[in-house]
Amino acid sequence: MSDGPDFSVRIDQNRYLPEGGQDVHAIVTVTAEGSEPNSGPGRITAEGPAAGPDAAEVIIIDTSGSMTGPGDKIGAAKRAAQAAIDTLRDGVNFAIIAGANTARMVYPNMRRLVPVTDRSRAEAKAAVRLLTPDGGTAIGQWLRLADAMLGQHPQAIRHAILLTDGKNQHERPEVLDATLGACAGHFVCDCRGVGTDWSVPELRKVASALLGSVDLIANPDDLEADFRAMAQTSMGKAVADVALRVWIPQGARLRFVKQVLPTVEDLTGKRTDSGPQSGDYPTGAWGDETRDYHICVEVPPGDVGREMRAAWVKVVASGPAGEEVRASGNVLAEWTADEAMSTQINPHVAQYTGQEELAEAIQEGLAARRDGDVDTATTRLGRAVALAHETGNEGTARLLSRVVDVIDVESGTVRLKPKVAQADEMSLDTRSTRTVRTRGRAEPAGSGPDAPPQAGPPGSPAGGR
Amino acid sequence: MPNPGGDGEAAAGGADTCPRCGTGVEPGDGFCEECGAPLLGQPEPVRDPAAAPRAVATPYPWQPPAAATPRPCVECGFDEIGADGYCQRCGTRQPAARDHVELDVPGLGAASDKGLRHTRNEDAMAVLRADAGVIAVVSDGVSSSPCPDDASRAAADAGAGVLGERLAAGDDPETATKRAVERAAADVAALAESESHAPACTYVSALVGDGTVTVGWVGDSRAYWLPADPEAVPPVREGGPPEGAPAELGAAALLTEDDSWAGRMVAWGVMTEQEAQADAKAHVLTGWLGADAGALDPKVRTYAPTGPGAVVVCSDGLWNYLPEAETLRAAAPDAVTDPRGTAAALVRRALDMGGHDNVTVVVVPFPPPAQPTGERQR
Repeated sequence: MSDGPDFSVRIDQNRYLPEGGQDVHAIVTVTAEGSEPNSGPGRITAEGPAAGPDAAEVIIIDTSGSMTGPGDKIGAAKRAAQAAIDTLRDGVNFAIIAGANTARMVYPNMRRLVPVTDRSRAEAKAAVRLLTPDGGTAIGQWLRLADAMLGQHPQAIRHAILLTDGKNQHERPEVLDATLGACAGHFVCDCRGVGTDWSVPELRKVASALLGSVDLIANPDDLEADFRAMAQTSMGKAVADVALRVWIPQGARLRFVKQVLPTVEDLTGKRTDSGPQSGDYPTGAWGDETRDYHICVEVPPGDVGREMRAAWVKVVASGPAGEEVRASGNVLAEWTADEAMSTQINPHVAQYTGQEELAEAIQEGLAARRDGDVDTATTRLGRAVALAHETGNEGTARLLSRVVDVIDVESGTVRLKPKVAQADEMSLDTRSTRTVRTRGRAEPAGSGPDAPPQAGPPGSPAGGR
Repeated sequence: MPNPGGDGEAAAGGADTCPRCGTGVEPGDGFCEECGAPLLGQPEPVRDPAAAPRAVATPYPWQPPAAATPRPCVECGFDEIGADGYCQRCGTRQPAARDHVELDVPGLGAASDKGLRHTRNEDAMAVLRADAGVIAVVSDGVSSSPCPDDASRAAADAGAGVLGERLAAGDDPETATKRAVERAAADVAALAESESHAPACTYVSALVGDGTVTVGWVGDSRAYWLPADPEAVPPVREGGPPEGAPAELGAAALLTEDDSWAGRMVAWGVMTEQEAQADAKAHVLTGWLGADAGALDPKVRTYAPTGPGAVVVCSDGLWNYLPEAETLRAAAPDAVTDPRGTAAALVRRALDMGGHDNVTVVVVPFPPPAQPTGERQR
């Protein structure tokens, strides 16, 4: 089952530890390339359904009563869903769900997915046109229905798009949490909030549990383009169920595994043991893309001169034929008495550490602001301004400037703006986890005494030094 | 061992064509003129004199014995070591074959270690028994150059091989020593991909014969004379040695002059050894082997010991800690009677004193040990 993209792994780190040193940090860059998905609508071949990886797509539209609100949210949502349907590849299995207090099938009228054809596309779009808002919001219900249908396609790349405009008011939080626990690993779900009446932390929790993205669409008119892009990205996925398998030495402790590009996502709690010294961290489906991970291992202290493999990171794709290691790389540790070597911080590690802290500072600062704790909000958002500047995250810096007046960028001295548009605050919150690629990335080994690139063709561990 | 090619006789199989490239070669040739491959019939570095004659000379004493039995982890004792050298349980990287080497050569000692600060051993050594005596070569790869470990290995192997071959062909020790350095320099230069990618190394050879010791060098690896008699004094002869005769050796002495900034300062009489070595520029090489080295200027000296003793050939990983000949002699009291133990002990000594660099030591007693039984006698 060597189908799908070629994966490669690159490790950036300073492997030198001082005497007694125990913390090994590394940035693991995983790149997938060479998948050949059939993208674009209406692709029909003589053999019937277009070739391409088996995919299953569910689109969930919030049809609660509030969708009738200003800006014609429901009309925009309908157009967005129709654009997404147009974008689905022929032969992909799909369904449309309407979400309110319960989940209801929009298309087809049975609880199952049907293949995309010109006819099913037209029928689905017609059914979407007839949607009318009514009732409340119970996201867990919607996800359960999607899970039941996607579960019938275990070999497909399974994806859902969830659109909501409100808080999960008609379902207890425990119920949503239980649903997320049950659905995790079954499918990837990208979440979109339209308007400003929904809860960023709540939707972030859903997206995070289901390995998807979360974003705010303030203007309903922008929904259509966003849905089309999401469907396109989903159609570009070539391999489902990819995990990072991390082996660590006996006596070591894996302190954390975080995705740091394109967004900060802590995967530490998503571990499932895959061997006596290794655990798997799910990363969902992959097309041609690059993601960076920050891992930190605490190793038992060693004597000067000793070299060890502090972690062995493998990209594992699992499918019906079993699992396959597609690439691997070594995180190394070596103890040295040379302080010039051991005190260097790898610039990629430093950059991402800064961006992880940036996301935290923003979320904490905004939470304090909502709670009326002006001092904490000012300190944390000020820190965020300084970090965004340091790490070159200009997008986040711009969003921050709509919430605070910047007095001094370097020191992070700011004043909270007295009036902030709700959409600006929510945009900042939602996008706080977005990172930028570290600078100087293209320079080979431009990161001091660190490990060389370790890339491998599928199935052949790169290993070695 | 094949016959040293002095009598013009090629060993097993003949050497009419080069085994690597197939070009026609002359029976007495030590290396193929076309591709440089070592040919049959030349003396071979000593690895195991009891071993059966080998068809093709592959003078790489560094290579570990084939199919070495798997050893448990040096750190935790676990018996599963991955193909890439890491313990499957504790992750410790297992030492490479070259990290610590002690050659098994009866009658002399040869040991090398990567030291405590370096990740690999960039020193190389080769030991060869020729009719004219024992040949020892030590080479130290220049760490700031690319692939210094390849450079030192190429230099040591080419040096020992050619020195033996030229002696067998009838060259005098000094001429043979020069030819060997030239060949080593050419081999190292050939490793360069470009001028900016030029592996580099030092070189020192010693030919310990029955009556004389000939040393040749480029760079700052050294040879020392250690007399068996600790009371030995420099020979005093009215008017010095006769014109053209080799310098006599009595007390412990350094036989080489470093091609380094410090060596130059001392040679010019501008600074004392101690002052020069204390300078930050002390170790800057003024001569080395490599494509970027400029004109080759090997130094060659011949000495005549006045009594029994031992020659120590070493890299700066040793002499940084024991620079004075007399200090080295005191640290190696059994050099003549136990050269093997002495080489190992000196390497250990350097590690105990800090092990900042790779360290390589070869100890050859003078007069050189008799040829083991079964070998051709003179």
